[in-house]
Amino acid sequence: MPTFRTGPRTRLLGAAAALTALLAVTGCSSSGGSQAQDDPNEKITLTVNLFSDFGYADLYKQYEQQHPNITVKENRADMGAHHQNLQAHLLAGSGTADVEAIEIGQVAGFQAQAAKFVNFLENGVDAAQWVPSKTAPASSADGKVLFGLGTDMGGMALCYRSDLFKAAGLPTDRDQVSALLTDWKAYAATGKKFLADSPNKDVRWFDSGGNLFSAVIAQAPTGFYDAAGKPVVNENPAVRQAFDLVAGAIKDGESAGIQAFTPAWDTGFQKSQFATVACPAWMSYQFKANPPTDGGTWDMARIPGGGGNWGGSYLSVPRSGKHTKAATELAKWLTAPEQEAKLFTEKGYFPSDQALWSQPDIADHTDPLFNNAPTGKIFSQSAKDLKPQPLGAHGAEIGTALGNALTSIEQGKTDADGAWKKALADVGNIVG
Amino acid sequence: MAASVSAGRPARAARAPVAAHRRHRLDRTLSPYLYIAPFFLVFAGFGLFPMLYTGYVSMTNWRVDVPGSQGQWVGLENYRKLLDDPFFLNALKNTVGIGVLSTVPQLLLALVLAHLLNYRMRGRTLFRLGVLLPNVTSVAAVTLIFVQLFGRDYGLINWTLGLFGVEHIDWQAGTLSSWTAISAIVTWRWTGYNALIFLAAMQAVPFELYEAAAIDGASRWRQFRSITVPMLRPTILFSVIVSTIGALQLFGEPMLFGQQQDPTTGGSQHQFQTLALYSYNQFWGRFKYGYGAAVSWAMFLLIVVIVAANLIAARRMKGLDA
Repeated sequence: MPTFRTGPRTRLLGAAAALTALLAVTGCSSSGGSQAQDDPNEKITLTVNLFSDFGYADLYKQYEQQHPNITVKENRADMGAHHQNLQAHLLAGSGTADVEAIEIGQVAGFQAQAAKFVNFLENGVDAAQWVPSKTAPASSADGKVLFGLGTDMGGMALCYRSDLFKAAGLPTDRDQVSALLTDWKAYAATGKKFLADSPNKDVRWFDSGGNLFSAVIAQAPTGFYDAAGKPVVNENPAVRQAFDLVAGAIKDGESAGIQAFTPAWDTGFQKSQFATVACPAWMSYQFKANPPTDGGTWDMARIPGGGGNWGGSYLSVPRSGKHTKAATELAKWLTAPEQEAKLFTEKGYFPSDQALWSQPDIADHTDPLFNNAPTGKIFSQSAKDLKPQPLGAHGAEIGTALGNALTSIEQGKTDADGAWKKALADVGNIVG
Repeated sequence: MAASVSAGRPARAARAPVAAHRRHRLDRTLSPYLYIAPFFLVFAGFGLFPMLYTGYVSMTNWRVDVPGSQGQWVGLENYRKLLDDPFFLNALKNTVGIGVLSTVPQLLLALVLAHLLNYRMRGRTLFRLGVLLPNVTSVAAVTLIFVQLFGRDYGLINWTLGLFGVEHIDWQAGTLSSWTAISAIVTWRWTGYNALIFLAAMQAVPFELYEAAAIDGASRWRQFRSITVPMLRPTILFSVIVSTIGALQLFGEPMLFGQQQDPTTGGSQHQFQTLALYSYNQFWGRFKYGYGAAVSWAMFLLIVVIVAANLIAARRMKGLDA
């Protein structure tokens, strides 16, 4: 058949074309450099690499109107892949976008390479805009380089389904719920009561053990690393306590066992598979995108156990980018107080900018999505109560490993002790 | 192709026979190398060099979180570590398990399918092209759809099983259940591809053999067993080798099948972490370049060994025949 005969030739041509394209690309990047920075009116495209929706679409439009020569292009990868790509591109010295987001759990992994980023302290940024707990992880060890501008942060709350609470005979008023669920022990105990009294036996108390564990561990003064940067997963009793608490709740059948941030999780929101979710501010878009299909409503109470931070991000500008100067200006503008305030009131991302917390339009903000709960007040309080936790290079991966271990309990594959042992082996593989 | 290029030459050659003869000889000896050069240049740049460089990296202690470790020579230390790395051995077990679970049914199905496609029937070409369709679709798209089908709470497969009174299966959770699900994806994608290869070989089988068998009263099934399969032996061996290599490199399906936050862990307890996933996990997830490279090279060596074993077995079989 004639089609088969042309096969190898087309493949060869394809390979040759790929080769020339590659040479062209590498040729471009080596000659592109930073010459373009001197002419402020030259038409340029700034690329922004993110790992989820930061709610920036409208802001880009506004920025492009103010700067007619600039076009902003956003790319998104999922969180793990995004940070791996950034690491790889930093090492290679090329391939980074002009602006790159970094999540707080991952930021410590970039600290040693602070010199590869633009130092914002030398570019007219006042670090006092943020709380020290936000700027410290994105600074070099000696504090002379600030390589990340704080975007949002994860002040925490407890989201709960007031209709399901009512059906199970629990209080529905958010102050009463806050008073009932003061700490995680009370939370787990109430969960047991909920399961016993809820008329709908398909509803569980929370979405997934891994997610709950993230919330609990975020409140500990020390997590996976000590202040000296040494991993202390096995030595720190707080980790084991949090692990056992969640494992116990799973054993009592409180977990729906649905992995967070998966399509199944979205379905879980719609089909009312769980009554509570530990929710940092940035998670609210999940509730917005997946309203319960049985007409139930979400409400928001204080998080058991007090303050804590879970998540939140930074914008950084790698020096290897093509338009570092313009990118620095864009990053500064996106994280400026006016824009951060707008992102909170319109998209629900709580600002890391500390002066905003006491501003009336932030502090008094209520969200109709959560039955008009005073989200501004709840997240501000949580952020003010926050005690910064030492972060380490592999914090995010260790969290994932422990989350996986809890998942394996949910899947009925092992018990708390077995899962803990496996998790420690995983941690050994990560740091060792 | 080559004929049309040199078609205009002989007329000129007559004028200066000696020089032309020499040029012709040079052309004949050199041209073939020039024609194949692009492949070997590309292969040297994008195949051989990365492989050798990976081999070099696998003997260093290079990892991102240890500054200055780039050139630290450790010899075969990384390979020694592999031998008592439970994660590596687990990945090896998973790779072989999933490989057997997917390759065996896939090739058997392909053989049967090719046999059916070999019959005279209406719209034959359409069906023959149709079996290739699954292979044309992207791994990512296919896997994402299969993940939905194999969903625990609202998946179509569990729903169907539920009609027969089977409890919901958490496909991701178990070792065997996750292997089965991943094998289903692989089998779905590659059965048609192998079927076409078998079909091509079947068409080379002399029709007279079937005719004679039919006259002797052999059933279709008997013809398939006693004529088709023996005549196809070299083709089957080829498919086995290619599928085995593919199975040992299995990456996309288990990666996307996992619902964990870090997709390279291959399940909550690494129950479906394959060698390729583990290599990626160590190299790009943990940034242990030296160790990750060692895993890659171990994979390569493993493939060489298994393919060699296949060939030796094939030679033995041939020997028995003769």
